[in-house]
Amino acid sequence: MRNKLWPHARPYALWILAGVACSAMEAVFELLIPLVMSDIVDVGIANGDQSYILRKGALMIVLAVASLCFGLGAAVTSSVAGMGFGANLRRAEYDHIQTFAFSNIERFSTASLVTRLTNDVHNLQMSLMMSMRLMVRAPVMLVSALFFSIRISYRLSNIFLVALPLLLAVVSFLLVTTGPLFRSLQEKTDALNLVVQENLAGIRVVKSFVRGDHEREKFAERNNDLKDTSLRAFGKVVINMPIMMLIVYGTIIAVMWFGGQMVYAGTLEAGKLITYFTYITQIMMSLMMVSMIFMMLTRTVACAKRVAEVLSETPAITDGGAETGADGLPAEPADGSIDFDHVSFKYNTESSEWILEDVSLHIPSGSTVGILGGTGSGKTSLVSLIPRLYEADRGTVLVGGRPVNTYTMERLRESVSMVLQKNTLFTGTIRENLLWGNPQATEEELWAACRAACADEFLERMPEGLDTDLGQGGVNVSGGQKQRLCIARAILKQPKVLILDDSTSAVDTATDAKIRAAFATELKDATKLIIAQRVTSVQEADLILVMDGGKIVARGTHAELMKTCSIYQEVYQSQQEGGSMDG
Amino acid sequence: MAKHEHGPGPHGPGGGFRKPKNIRGTLGKLMRYLGRYKLHLALVAALLIVSSACTVGGSYLIRPLINDYILPGDFPGLARMLAVMALVYVLGAVCSFGYSRIMVHISQTTVANIRADLFSRMQDLPLKFFDTHTHGELMSRYTNDIETVSEALNNSFGSLISCTLTFTGTILMMLVLSPVLTLVTFATLVVMLLVVKTIGSRSRRYFADQQKALGEVNGYIEEMIEGQKVIKVFNHEGAAREGFRKRNEAYRDAATRAQVFAGMMMPAMGNLNYINYAVTCCVGGLLAIRTGDLGGLAAFLQYSRQVGQPITQISQQVNTLLSAVAGAERIFEIMEAPTETDEGKIRLVRAAEDETGTLTRVHQDTNTWAWLKPDGTLVPLRGDVRFDHVVFGYDEDRTILHDVSLFAKPGQKIAFVGSTGAGKTTITSLINRFYEIQGGTITYDGLDVKDIAKESLRRSLGVVLQDTHLFTGTVADNIRYGRLDATDEEVEAAARLAGADGFIRHLPQGYKTVLSGDGGSLSQGERQLLNIARAACANPPVLILDEATSSIDTRTETLIEKGMDRLMAGRTVFVIAHRLSTVRNAKAIMVLEQGEIIERGDHSDLLSQKGRYYQLYTGLAELA
Repeated sequence: MRNKLWPHARPYALWILAGVACSAMEAVFELLIPLVMSDIVDVGIANGDQSYILRKGALMIVLAVASLCFGLGAAVTSSVAGMGFGANLRRAEYDHIQTFAFSNIERFSTASLVTRLTNDVHNLQMSLMMSMRLMVRAPVMLVSALFFSIRISYRLSNIFLVALPLLLAVVSFLLVTTGPLFRSLQEKTDALNLVVQENLAGIRVVKSFVRGDHEREKFAERNNDLKDTSLRAFGKVVINMPIMMLIVYGTIIAVMWFGGQMVYAGTLEAGKLITYFTYITQIMMSLMMVSMIFMMLTRTVACAKRVAEVLSETPAITDGGAETGADGLPAEPADGSIDFDHVSFKYNTESSEWILEDVSLHIPSGSTVGILGGTGSGKTSLVSLIPRLYEADRGTVLVGGRPVNTYTMERLRESVSMVLQKNTLFTGTIRENLLWGNPQATEEELWAACRAACADEFLERMPEGLDTDLGQGGVNVSGGQKQRLCIARAILKQPKVLILDDSTSAVDTATDAKIRAAFATELKDATKLIIAQRVTSVQEADLILVMDGGKIVARGTHAELMKTCSIYQEVYQSQQEGGSMDG
Repeated sequence: MAKHEHGPGPHGPGGGFRKPKNIRGTLGKLMRYLGRYKLHLALVAALLIVSSACTVGGSYLIRPLINDYILPGDFPGLARMLAVMALVYVLGAVCSFGYSRIMVHISQTTVANIRADLFSRMQDLPLKFFDTHTHGELMSRYTNDIETVSEALNNSFGSLISCTLTFTGTILMMLVLSPVLTLVTFATLVVMLLVVKTIGSRSRRYFADQQKALGEVNGYIEEMIEGQKVIKVFNHEGAAREGFRKRNEAYRDAATRAQVFAGMMMPAMGNLNYINYAVTCCVGGLLAIRTGDLGGLAAFLQYSRQVGQPITQISQQVNTLLSAVAGAERIFEIMEAPTETDEGKIRLVRAAEDETGTLTRVHQDTNTWAWLKPDGTLVPLRGDVRFDHVVFGYDEDRTILHDVSLFAKPGQKIAFVGSTGAGKTTITSLINRFYEIQGGTITYDGLDVKDIAKESLRRSLGVVLQDTHLFTGTVADNIRYGRLDATDEEVEAAARLAGADGFIRHLPQGYKTVLSGDGGSLSQGERQLLNIARAACANPPVLILDEATSSIDTRTETLIEKGMDRLMAGRTVFVIAHRLSTVRNAKAIMVLEQGEIIERGDHSDLLSQKGRYYQLYTGLAELA
């Protein structure tokens, strides 16, 4: 784990070193001040030497200013190192995620990746900064204060032999006992959040069945549970402070008793005794700081683990097998022909059931293929193998006559354009989003693509046309408009293969037909694969595939399938009955 | 639906630092919650005063200790004095423990109360509210905002008061010890305050910059990671890296500036305190030469080391407090959002009918239901729903339904056909009054639905939605959601009616199998069967089936169909469906287009009208 994170802090190694030195010096200078003070009392006041007092006073101010300078130095260096480390780490993690295959992304889930990039990295950069400031300071304080105390009076310092172990015992006891309490607190919090999440997701069900009170009861139960646990956990934490205070005060009283006798006996000077108090407070404060740092670090370790997990994830798909073409550049698909040769596939290697099982298929370049099938029949999985979003477990997928893994992903995906089922537009203008398809596209080409995708009709009605701002996630357009823009974006790539994964579900039937007609003219040479729920969307295709349970159960033209395939007939029939009205 | 799974919003970690809009008002509302603990709070105040007095007073005891006992060598006196000192310290520690413990009690119960109120209030909010707020946004009220409030109540609140008390006490004691030295300290304090102010105001400005940059980088991360698959399909990784690099570096620079200034505060304050200590030492030393008050100097030095601490602490707590107030403000915003209006007085009751046809209210389970009017008269529930010139839009200025009139006779099956967005679901949402209509009236058995208590209205209507929602719990619990007092036998009977019994018995623990994650281990069809079983368990007189089978493949559909038919038998049913087989035997079929009913009638009526429905059906006739 350290090996994963350290390289990103390494550029700041000097800063870190300087910062650590600054914090240590700050602490040492701070501790010298009380020592000078004891001279003022024991020499200056005792002898009535005014100039001695003034000289020593000036020395103290010099020490304080020096300590201040080192403190400011520590502030600067720790900020630069902490924030710089955070930025490096975040960037490394983000860049690494860019190399992830779909399966890698799904393994972590999108939400978890976002947390690992935001909260976790944030926590790590703050931890580095704070530990540069405190983690050095506390031990240095502790050791130097102990050192100075022993120098002042070895005999008196025996008190620490009792006080320190006692304090350590109390601190570790509290750490050990509160740990499980806080873990259970986290569990109770999760349980409570689950109720809220399910309530939000199923709010229509809750309201339909008038179950508000039932939900309230459920919530109240978890809420009380959480309250009780947090009362116990925090109740334990508040013992911490008074007990530590008592130990510190106990030590002070002991020092007063034994020290007082030493002062009277003349073996200890009064000023030294006063300085001694200062060090006691300092030592105890450092110990408390150490215990706080430990609490902070347990959280940081969890974050570091989560970030390291992302960094050590191996991308499931790489360009390792890519070959060069005749021109010496990476190979490029010759045309839009697609072949599946005994292909089997599953998302989870441990699962016993195949998502696609022994699929063989040939699609000639330039043809239009429709794919029908129920949910979970494997339609999306089938087309996802073509741009190599996933890797087939058995068999070979070929595009343009060569296996997909002999192309670089970049070259392959330039030629294969896919409109995903769950598609996204990004913050920015419509133009910026369309340019994803082809950064060099001219105004004319942009509008041509929009016309083909039937997006021109609503774009013309927008006052700012292509320069309309979409807002985050494309909130300023409707579902159907979004789908049409996504299709336009895909067309702009002028791909050899165009895949539409149920991409017109929110578009009405007439527009859907118009878009398909445009494909025939605009993308004459491209192979077109259309996954659809509606028979009408695929009716005119050169080839229709009917999928069920991960297999192609029937293939042929509309006319052929109407004669031979009972599933196809069923689907067609059911959709004729009102389904065709369902835009 | 997955919105609640989102990570931190664009404001991300530490994003709580937003200025509250109305501090006074929000504090007032918080005070109302704390007001329940008046006695507790009074005790806290008392304990705080005692513990602060002990802290401050304990240090003063150093003076007599040194002057009167140690220097003269009065050891029995020293022992007595130390005993007093120990007593003071123990008292202080006990009081400080006491007030922290009570504060934990107050803060945790208050936070639990706020949480409960928030959740309870949310149950009363109209659907429109949930349509316009994302799950992530609402979840962050429970996670982030309540957390900051809890933290502030737990720590900041008490420490703010104790700091103020200790500070005043320390200054007072310093004055008692030595007015001259106090003057020296005052001078340093003024410098300290100036430093806090200048560093503070610059730091706040840089902090705001940092939060803005953080928001941008987090927002970018969220958007890009959400759209990662699209990025891959379009080979857009390079541009995504570049866009990120810019924002990441901007954030790094802003954060470094902000943290440098924030980090300066501690050494600056600490060392200013030391300079104060040094000057005090000098001046005190010079004074002590004349007075010989060594103990006084020791005590004063102890105070001068303590006096700076409260200022540093207060300046740290202010930010926590401000973000807590901002969090509380967002919580109260939800609590103050207008709830569903429910002025209905008519209630649904069980009834029995005698031979003459007169209804009497009964309390045992009968299959007859009646509406109980406020005047005590009973109207039989028959399921007669009428829309009379209903106008409705989700936004006031965008009408979805224009002047819709329709009627469903009791026991009839009414079907809605039309394209998505034509208003089918809207109509069913209006029957159970999820939304308020803008014009016209909807009557149910001749009663305006507005006069029927919402709870009763919805209890009379069973709904099976397209999106299945299951709750964490056993299969039986999920079916029982329809009727909480259903016995195990009744639950199983409902499952059998829905045709779900078969697959449930094949689950590892049968009806006791625990479902989690919205029933993720079940297939879509099985989840839908549980949904139907849930409606069957509720046994409502009227049913609404909203595209209950549309996302299911043909095979599962046939399986569910039987369950549906059994469920529909003998009830008034509103069906939104794709398949004409379901629609064909409906008593009335409404063809909707753009919020208007363009055709209506039964199957044969519609055929003879030779309109849209006819076109569809003849297509089918040719097929068959």
